[in-house]
Amino acid sequence: MLSRRLVLWSVFVVLLLALPPVVVALGQPFYIDLVRRIMIFAIAAVSLNLILGYGGMVSFGHAAYLGIGAYAAGILAFYGLASGWLHFGAAIAASALVALAIGSVSIRTSGVYFIMITLAFTQMLYYLGISLALFGGDDGMRLKTRSRFPLLDLGDSLHFYYLVLVLLVAAVYLTHRIVSSRFGMVLRAAKSNEARSRAIGFSPYAYRLLAFTIAGAMGGLAGALLANHTNYLTPDFMHWTRSGEIMFMVILGGMGTAAGPVAGAFALLFVEELLARWTEHWQVILGPLLILSVIFFKRGLAGMFYKPDA
Amino acid sequence: MQRARLAPFFMTLILFFEQLLNGVQLGVMLFLMAAGLTLVLGIMNLVNLAHGSLYMVGAYLTIAAAQWTGSYWLGVLLGLAGALVVGMIVEVVTLRALYARDHLDQVLATFGLILFFNELVAMIWGRASLYSSLPAWLQGHVELLPGSIYPVYRLVIIAVGLAVAALLWYVVTRTRLGMLIRAGASNRTMVAALGVNIRLLYTVVFGFGAALAGLAGLMAGPIYSVQPGMGELILIQVFVVIVIGGIGSIRGALVGALIVGIVDTLGRAFLKPLLGSVISPPAAEAAGPALASMLIYLLMAVVLAVRPAGLFPARG
Repeated sequence: MLSRRLVLWSVFVVLLLALPPVVVALGQPFYIDLVRRIMIFAIAAVSLNLILGYGGMVSFGHAAYLGIGAYAAGILAFYGLASGWLHFGAAIAASALVALAIGSVSIRTSGVYFIMITLAFTQMLYYLGISLALFGGDDGMRLKTRSRFPLLDLGDSLHFYYLVLVLLVAAVYLTHRIVSSRFGMVLRAAKSNEARSRAIGFSPYAYRLLAFTIAGAMGGLAGALLANHTNYLTPDFMHWTRSGEIMFMVILGGMGTAAGPVAGAFALLFVEELLARWTEHWQVILGPLLILSVIFFKRGLAGMFYKPDA
Repeated sequence: MQRARLAPFFMTLILFFEQLLNGVQLGVMLFLMAAGLTLVLGIMNLVNLAHGSLYMVGAYLTIAAAQWTGSYWLGVLLGLAGALVVGMIVEVVTLRALYARDHLDQVLATFGLILFFNELVAMIWGRASLYSSLPAWLQGHVELLPGSIYPVYRLVIIAVGLAVAALLWYVVTRTRLGMLIRAGASNRTMVAALGVNIRLLYTVVFGFGAALAGLAGLMAGPIYSVQPGMGELILIQVFVVIVIGGIGSIRGALVGALIVGIVDTLGRAFLKPLLGSVISPPAAEAAGPALASMLIYLLMAVVLAVRPAGLFPARG
């Protein structure tokens, strides 16, 4: 079973490695950008899957961390600091801190309250972004300089592509390690039966909060990448529909599986791209597609290959 | 002498009074939305993100119908009926399949509904804001206090909202339908076992909630801009109302809506000058609006920290 998964993952990574030269040869370099964007969202979806799929926390505010990460990088660049280590470090640290704060209040609640409160906090950050007149307010701002790394040039389409690929693989691997560790077992136990896990002697709160914080940090990394990708950042990164999209990637792909969020990101964003090319009003088709897939496609894409872990 | 010194004080008092009324007006609109949403959540255990879409549908249909018939009141009537019908269709076609699902599936499917409705409205009426006109007698102002004039229309909104609140109280506590609603909220299976057509009850309650959302939307038309996505702006505030008030509680929805409406309005009006007297005016200029738009969310966090199930948790 495990080896079959490993084979599937290897095939997937090799395909992604080979994609840029192939699409360049076909005269379609546009796809490098598209797949890079998809992989950035896949990182965000992987991080949401940690708390949603394995932790059972239905966070409807994951776009907040995309925004915090993007603003962390953007604000440093605004003040003339270009170091990529600094940008990414600040993005991760800031979004971890915000996730810690939001999580410490939200995780006290559950069910519908949790969904609504995470949504509301993200909305609060969205309005905060709009009111930051110095950093472009409603319109957002250009990233003054892209994050600079030794040997790497994020302005170079290929460099950036492979960096995102490496980070995506790292995020998937890290999540896999977290989930199969002792910590991850407690997290999953609290999801499947909270009363029982309490009876054994674990208080889920601290475990959930830590997972929420880690997921926020990974979301922040995706945010810094996204700001570099678009070379621009706006409060729209934190728009609640963005949270809904990331959540949908996880569900469409199959939550609680390692491959699910990645598959979901690819499927959703490819379909969006295709529909958007066909008609300006693509959302009028995407909406019903989402509804149909929720009603009829319960186990997600990953469910076609293997059973969920938990 | 005395009078001159007191004049600024009276000006502030009058301004405060006007803003307080504006807050109550926002509050009753939030209540109309929250009442339907909290009933659906409490009775059917359904998270309906598309409630804001029904608000939008109410606003658009009213404008379209008023233009078509040339009468404001026919427009209102058709807008209300339209929201009711669209709500019941949505319930029968999509939401029925979701009652047995968990909240996550409901959130995603109703998210899909929002995308659909927003884009559909943009296809029919375009993305630019529409404005609706009012009959002449609703456009005037009245002098409430000496030196303070207030728009009649906003007073009418407050009156309609309070009348609906009274009607809801009557229906829920004094009628057979209300009895079934309360019974359904505390034990669905038992109500069904006793021979009540629970499916029909659900459709009726949902349609009723949709009509209330449509009413809020059509009243919002003349004061806020009518555009695709308008429903979600208010929907998220309504979530704050429900979280503060307690899920499933009409009384909680009313109190929560008034608190949120007043806090939000007063915050936007007075936070900047208040901050300006404490910190430097340029700093207040920057921090005031930011803090004002975050105020209700901070309030929600405080309420949840003290009472995790809201101010008026529903029984059962």
